Order: sequence, then C-alpha cells, then structure tokens
Amino acid sequence: MEKKLYSISAIYSNPNDIIRAAAAVRDAGYKKFDIHTPYPIHGLDGAMGLKETKLGFVTLAAAIIGAAGMISFASWVAVVDYPQVIGGKPYWSWPAFVPVTYEIAVLLAVLGTVGAMIAFFFKFPNISHPLHDTPYMKKVSADKFGVSIQADDGKFNEKVVRELLKNTGGEVDAVYYSEEFLTFKPQMFDPKFIFLLVGIALATSAGGYLYWNKVLYLPPFDWMMQQPKVKPQTMSEFYADGFGMRLPVAGTVARGFIPYPYALGAKADSVGKFLVNPLLPTKAALDLGKKKFFTYCSPCHGNFGKGDSRMNGQFPNPPTLHSDKVRTWPDGAIFHTITVGQNVMPSYQYQISREERWAIVNYIRTLQRAYNAKESDLQ
Amino acid sequence: MSSTVLDYSKELSVIEGLPSAATLDEMIEKPINDFPQRRWFIGLAITGTMLMIGVVSLTWLLWKGVGVWGINQPVAWGFDVVNFVFWVGIGHAGTLISAILFLFRQKWRTGIARFAEAMTLFAVLCAVQFVIFHTGRPWLAMAWLFPYPNQHGVWVNFTSPLEWDVFAVNTYFIVSAVFWYLGLIPDFATLRDRATTTIKKVTFSILSLGWRFSNRHWQHYERAYLIMAGFATPLVLSVHTIVSFDFAVSIIPGWHTTIFPPYFVAGAIFSGFAMVQNVLIITRKAFKFETLITMDTIEKMNKIILVTGTIVGYAYIMEFFIAWYSGNATELFVFVNRAFGPYWWAYWTMMTCNLFTPQLFWSKKIRTSLLASFILAIFVNIGMWFERFVIIVTSLHRDFLPSSWGMFVPTMWDFGMLIGSFGLFFTLVLLFVKFLPAIAMAEIKAVIPGAQPTHHGNGASH
Repeated sequence: MEKKLYSISAIYSNPNDIIRAAAAVRDAGYKKFDIHTPYPIHGLDGAMGLKETKLGFVTLAAAIIGAAGMISFASWVAVVDYPQVIGGKPYWSWPAFVPVTYEIAVLLAVLGTVGAMIAFFFKFPNISHPLHDTPYMKKVSADKFGVSIQADDGKFNEKVVRELLKNTGGEVDAVYYSEEFLTFKPQMFDPKFIFLLVGIALATSAGGYLYWNKVLYLPPFDWMMQQPKVKPQTMSEFYADGFGMRLPVAGTVARGFIPYPYALGAKADSVGKFLVNPLLPTKAALDLGKKKFFTYCSPCHGNFGKGDSRMNGQFPNPPTLHSDKVRTWPDGAIFHTITVGQNVMPSYQYQISREERWAIVNYIRTLQRAYNAKESDLQ
Repeated sequence: MSSTVLDYSKELSVIEGLPSAATLDEMIEKPINDFPQRRWFIGLAITGTMLMIGVVSLTWLLWKGVGVWGINQPVAWGFDVVNFVFWVGIGHAGTLISAILFLFRQKWRTGIARFAEAMTLFAVLCAVQFVIFHTGRPWLAMAWLFPYPNQHGVWVNFTSPLEWDVFAVNTYFIVSAVFWYLGLIPDFATLRDRATTTIKKVTFSILSLGWRFSNRHWQHYERAYLIMAGFATPLVLSVHTIVSFDFAVSIIPGWHTTIFPPYFVAGAIFSGFAMVQNVLIITRKAFKFETLITMDTIEKMNKIILVTGTIVGYAYIMEFFIAWYSGNATELFVFVNRAFGPYWWAYWTMMTCNLFTPQLFWSKKIRTSLLASFILAIFVNIGMWFERFVIIVTSLHRDFLPSSWGMFVPTMWDFGMLIGSFGLFFTLVLLFVKFLPAIAMAEIKAVIPGAQPTHHGNGASH
C-alpha cells in the first residue's frame, strides 16, 4: 500500500513551548496547520491566530427559534385550535406559557449548539482522519503537545518546515497516510448494505406489528375489557337464578310511562274507538312514521303495506294493510294492534314509542289513501 | 492530607500528590481495564437484588393498577410523587457542580464533575419512572404528556404546572445527557488511543466521534461548554422551581406558598450534594482515588451542605412564621398539625436530619472526617426524603372537611418501588464507574500545576 505524506509534526512537553511554536508557525505564514493538546490551553487561540468562534450565533438563532416557535405554538393551541376556559382566565394567558417557552428555548439552544458544532464545525463523526492511530495522536492524547503542518499547505516545503519546527525545540516527525483507506466510499448497491436495509425494515415492521397488535393486548393491557360488572346476556353468579339481566322490582314505573289499559285479547275495533290520535298528519309526523314503518313494519307487511314482503310463503302470510277491514278501522284500532300484537305479530310497545306508533298510523293512512285514491285526489 | 493550616489567599491545588498527566490517565483508566474486584460484584449483587424487587413491584403495579399503592382520597399523591421530587432533587447537584461551579471557576469541581453529572442522569431516570407510572396507564400517557397532533383533536394544557413539569424534566434530562456526553468525548478519544483490545478500540473510536484534540476544535468546544454551562445554570433552577409549582400553584394549605421555589431549589442542592458525597466517598475508597478526590473537595462539599441545609431550615421556620402571621386559621392548623399531628415523627425526623445534624459541619474536625461526612450525608438523604413526605402527605391528609380526613398507609409495593429506584440508581452508578472514566481526564489534566502556560512565556509555573 502506498503511503503519502500528510504532515510534518513536532512534539513538545511544555505548554510554554507549544505557545511559542504556534506563534512561530503562524508568523511563518502557514495556513493549514493545527495544534493538538490533551486539554485546552489558555492563549493558544491567539498564538495560532484563530478568530473568535461563531458558535454563539448558532446558539442565539436556535434559542430565538425555540422561544418564538413555542410561544406561537402554545398561543395557536390555546386561542385558535383548542380554546378552553381554564380557571376563568383569558384564552391567551401568555404568562402561563413562559415556562414551556423557556424550556424549549433552552433545549433547542443546547441541541442546536452541540449539533452544529459536531456536524458543521468539527465535521464529525469522522474516524478515518490521517492523524488517527498514529504515534503522534497517542502522544497528544496523553500528556504531550503537538504541531502538525499539512503537506497540502501552499507554502509547504518539507525541509523548511522540519527546520522551523526543530528551531522551536520540538521533536520532529512525519505523519503518513494511505490514500486507499481515506478514499473508501460505501457502495449504495452493495448487497450487504441492501440486506442490512431490508433487515432493518423487516425488524422494524415485525416489531411494530407485534407491539401494536399483540403486546398491547396481552394482559395486563386488556383495554378495560375485563371488568367485574354484569354485561347484557351474561350470567351472574351473584344471583341465585344465575341471570345477569334483572327485571325491575314489581310495580316499578319508568319515567314518563303511561300504562296501556287494553290487553291482547281486546278486539281492535272495539277498543280503537276509545283511543284518539294525538298527532296531526304534518310533514314531520309523516316523515317519522315513514322511517319507523320502514324499520319495523315493512319487513313483513312490505314497503307499501301490501303484505308482499319476502316473508311471503315462509310464514303465515302477513295481511295487506289495504283491506277494507283495516281501512275502515279507527286509528286507535291500528294503534292497538301495533301495541299488543295480533296472531303471530308480536307486541311492539317496547320497541316503538307511543308517539312513533301514532306516526306510523298516520303514515299507513297516507299509504291507504294513495292506493285507494278518490277521483278528487287524482285531479 | 496535610495537617498544615491552609492558605486561602492562594488557589489550592486540586490534586494531592501531584501525579503527572500520563499517570492520571493510567489511574482513571484502571477501573475500566482491570477485572472488577470481588466487592464490586458483591455491590452489584445487592443493588441488582434491589432492582429486581423494583421490577417485581412494577410488574405487579402494571398488572393490577395504581390501587396496589397506598394512595386513596384524601391522600392521592403518595410515595410516587414523594420519590419523584426526591430523585429530581438528587439530580440537581450534578448540574450545580458541572455548570454553576464551572461558571464560578471553582477548580475543585473537576475531580467530581463527571461523577455528579452521571448521577444527575441516573437520578432523573429514577424520578421519571415514578411520574410515568403514577399516570395509571402509562402506555397511553403519551397522549396527555406531549403535545402532538392526534386523531382526538385534543391538545395538552400549556397553562398547567404539571405540563410545565413534563417540559422541564425532559429538557433537563436531554440537556444533562448532552452536557455529559460532550465532556466525555475527549476522554473517549484518550481511551481509544490507550486501548489494548479491538473491542475497546472500536467502541471508543465510535464514541469519541473521531476527536483529534485539535486546538481548532478545542476553541469551539470550550465555547460550547461555556454556553452549555450558562444555559444549564438557569435550567437547573427552573426545573425544581417548576416542580415546586406543582404544589405552590395549587390552593392546598401547606402547598400554596410563595417560598416554595427557592426553598425547593435549596433542598434539591442540599440532598443532591449529600448523595454525591455518599457515592463519592465510597468510590474514593474503592478505587483509591484519594489523590484525585481530595479531602479539600469533600470539605467544600460539606460546606455547601451546611449552607443549603441552613437555608432549608430557615424555610421551614419561615413557613411556620407566615402560617401564624397570615392569620389564616386553616394555614396555621396545617402547620401545627404537621409538627404535632399524627405525622409528628416524620416532621421531627426531617427537622433533625436537615436542620440540626448538618450544623455539626461547623466543626472543622467533623467536616474533614470521612466517616462523619458519610454518616451525616446519609442523614441528609433520609431527612430530605421525609421533607417531601411531610410536604405532600401532611398537607393532604387533613382535608377541608373533617369528614374527609384520612391517613396514608403505604403498602409493600410502595416500598418495593422505592427500594427498586435505589437499586436502579446504584446499579447504574456501579456500571458507570466500571465502564466509563469516572473522572474527567481532559479536565483534570488542565488544572494540575504546570498545565497552563505562564502568561509571559518564560517557562516558570506558579
């Protein structure tokens, strides 16, 4: 492997010598040189002719972005997107946003400073610099101080540089590097690299799948499915008869309950005349009636009440609602039939409220009128 | 240690016995290279057992819910919040030592700064677990802790001290971690260059990011360190201030006092220094760091413990005075009840350990005795834990309505979590002293005599 000269270096043991050497190298006009010390030494920046670091501006910018961003975000949340009255204070209670604003400003300032310093000021991570792993580096990382003048400096002349460093009292040496090592570039389409990416993708998705679909549903994460309460249609060991669902105590009356005075045996047309339809056939009442008719009545009686639903032939055929009998019934008779049921038709009083039943009656009347229209209606 | 009278007009040398920079490296690297001693394993066995007790308690907690703790109305904040405040407080010493004392150019801090920063990180980890698990179902906690766009269209409440706490503690942890890592970079590079095995070489090469000790880098690095110290100082004050807001912004008598922020910050530094003192004395003995962590350092730590302990004691008395001076009957009742009510033993433990026993540090003999420092520091830790217990439990257990009065009785799971947090902390400390440089090599090299040039460049060192 061919070795190339990186720099001529010199090692010193005394901090005063390194300051003098730095000044000498600077005065000789070299630009591409560096001083390496195991710890920062006061006065070396001046001796090297370094300008003041600009890191502070990064900090300032990051802090301003953090503070401005956070106070705007908190204000937007509190005033625009999610306004809540908390403690009777105005939406824009900005003094209460100060702590979070302050914390985010500090966080961004610190992360911005360190991140910018490492990535842009140092160009790190970089673990394949020519100086790495050299005897020179091992000395300056322990207790010695070193100067290194790079071979690609415009003024570089090996003899002159060696002479200069020797005159400052340093222990002169040269640092070589292998071109091949430093020009190594990772290959995008290297099968190993692609396998790595695929592996990472698989591991991530498998992990994500397991976490969100399996792990989160293992006990104890039962999402409150396991609760010591009685659920509908389940047993309960608490009651002697084992039923989870209980009937109300005898004589319980629900709020707004009006008892229905007629039993199943009562004849529809005879009790019907005692029941008066409280609803006017308004648009709202008819819409409600239509909706409930389609929900509860049409499955058997058909969409238009003609008794022609798909149930035909499978059950005793449901009767048409357009028969003379039903047409001449009083409203109350239809209401009574819906309420208590008739033949195989069950009672609907628990599914359909009183008002809705009257609305259905009105809607049936509309259907009957439509199918048996008078001459005057057709004009 | 020297028995001569110290001349305080001169800046003291940090290091006793004046080792050279190269010996320093060897000394600090020794615990990393050597196979650990038997007592390290014994220590790890003990702390590991404590950690496992914590893990079992935690599993049971997750399985059953926070009902396994002793909390209930009226004392709905129990050991969880006590431990949280206790551990966050412990953490503050690290930042104080690494940032505030750095700004004050206190060179004696160099020997212990790295250590204290690591302890900050571990203590904040211990603290965070309690607040996370006291949310009940922590796997859903993200939704009410962090403001992120979610399908519920709900945002967190930025005016709540509890939300401030989320921001403060998270910022504090991240900033401390970055600060700690930044300090470690040059040391990783030194270890990389001293590495004898490939594993160490690769690990430390990666961790050092390729640090080259270049002065062009040191220049920015030093500025960054200064900036970070400048930010960490107000940050550390803000964190415990905000923790105290969790209480002070509420309207519970015993909590609703304006003295809380400074009082909490002083208490945090007090307890943190005590914990650093304890761990420091053990490490100094175990790894023979007598020349790096000097008696002078320990004495200075004791002085800070004395000062902050007295500030805290002043706050206790001032609270009492204001409770009487305010003329508010409820407030006065709470404070009298604290001292003479059913939790009188907790109150007097706190007073004894925090106010009375640290006064012994006025004596130079006690201040410079390892054993006395160690025991008194343990007392401080006990006292500061009880301080949080007293503040939280005694303020809550007597509600406004006597019919709602109750007592707080911790369960074994409360103690399990507390023991577990100590286990976590000390396990991490043991791993830290074994695997990472416990003392900042680059920093301590910079303060040994003759490390810095004389300003006239004539070679003589002062």
